[in-house]
Amino acid sequence: MNVGVWEAMILVVHRELCLSFRRPDQLLQPLVFFLIVTTLFPLGLSLQLSLLRDMAPGVLWVAALLSSLLSLDALFKSDADDGTLEQLALSGQELTVIVVAKTFAHWLVTGAALVLVSPVVGTALGIPGSAFATMMASLSLGTFTLSWLGAIGAGLTVGLRRGNVLLSLIVLPLAMPLLIFGAGATDRALSGVSPTGALYFLAALCVFTCTLAPFAATAALRISLE
Amino acid sequence: MNTAADGLVVEKVHVWRGDRHVLKGVSLTLQRGQLVHVSGPNGTGKTTLLRVVCGILRPEQGLVSWLGKSIASVRTEYQAALAYASHEPALKADLTALENLHFAVRLKRRVTAEELRASLEQTGVAACAGLPARVLSAGQRRRVAMARVLAMRASLWLLDEPFTNLDSAGTDLLRNLLQSHVERGGSALVVAHHDLKLDCNVHRLELTA
Repeated sequence: MNVGVWEAMILVVHRELCLSFRRPDQLLQPLVFFLIVTTLFPLGLSLQLSLLRDMAPGVLWVAALLSSLLSLDALFKSDADDGTLEQLALSGQELTVIVVAKTFAHWLVTGAALVLVSPVVGTALGIPGSAFATMMASLSLGTFTLSWLGAIGAGLTVGLRRGNVLLSLIVLPLAMPLLIFGAGATDRALSGVSPTGALYFLAALCVFTCTLAPFAATAALRISLE
Repeated sequence: MNTAADGLVVEKVHVWRGDRHVLKGVSLTLQRGQLVHVSGPNGTGKTTLLRVVCGILRPEQGLVSWLGKSIASVRTEYQAALAYASHEPALKADLTALENLHFAVRLKRRVTAEELRASLEQTGVAACAGLPARVLSAGQRRRVAMARVLAMRASLWLLDEPFTNLDSAGTDLLRNLLQSHVERGGSALVVAHHDLKLDCNVHRLELTA
């Protein structure tokens, strides 16, 4: 009769996806922000393709970080506001299971979506097709890690009225290594050097974060629920 | 000395909110087939007591136990046995009434859509099953929340102001549901301002400031 962990996780991911697709405006907001910010750069800079190409990895990564942050605030807040978070917390499932499922669903609709549109942005910024694989791999690892870091911040700030500013202040400093290694990997791929080292660092950060962050986020959320 | 090993026991619970001493040594026991009606003026900690009992809020002092064990040590079993309805209906505005029920109840137990529809029918909102919660009236939302409690098939009901927004028919319906739940051997802790007017085993706990 009891509902297993995987079953519960799939159910929560399904719930989150349902909710996201019912509100397409919120779903598209980070993507549109990402596309607009990255297309503003070629317009604002002079028409030197070499300059644009040199800046492309940094621009791409900063835009990806900021647009991921946009939606992090709502990760637990909308459920906390309407009282459904308490229902989830009392569902008889471990809160960690709920946190993991919600964070993964959040990454699917923000991070994974950013990764999918990144070739379009990459083309606009003059990144050659040969570097797309590295760019997408680094963005996948980076946005996934960021979602976990964000879950800790979102858990801590869920009870605050204007938590989103504090959330950025908590998450952005922690995201520095992602920016450095992510942009570094893309930059190396652009200049024809092997990006493996930087990608390994990103992967290590990703494993480290998704091993520990669920517990930290759960603890943060439990404190906020009180 | 409490010997209620088959029920819920709250022993001398103290909760502070900042400088405010909200719960000052509240104790209660709730056996099977019993209902405890918590009342008292606003701000005396009725909701706080309910949140302590369901385990969301940890008391600074005192103990809440279920079947003789502290609720923290049997958290999943305890949560599986309880159904909590907060003073807000806790529905997602963008999901339909049926989906709201599905995602909440399915985490607790395997349930079919027919069972969920049946509980919506029991609370008189079967016609709203396919409507998003956004378009429901406050009373209908309350009835959907009550349908969720029914569908969970829990033995312990923890209800916070369940009569809010209900019309007289809804109030009668809820009284009947509470009565039959208690008569079947279930237990309930109900926070409500007015008299419950039930013919079953009701104990009253009055909280004071």
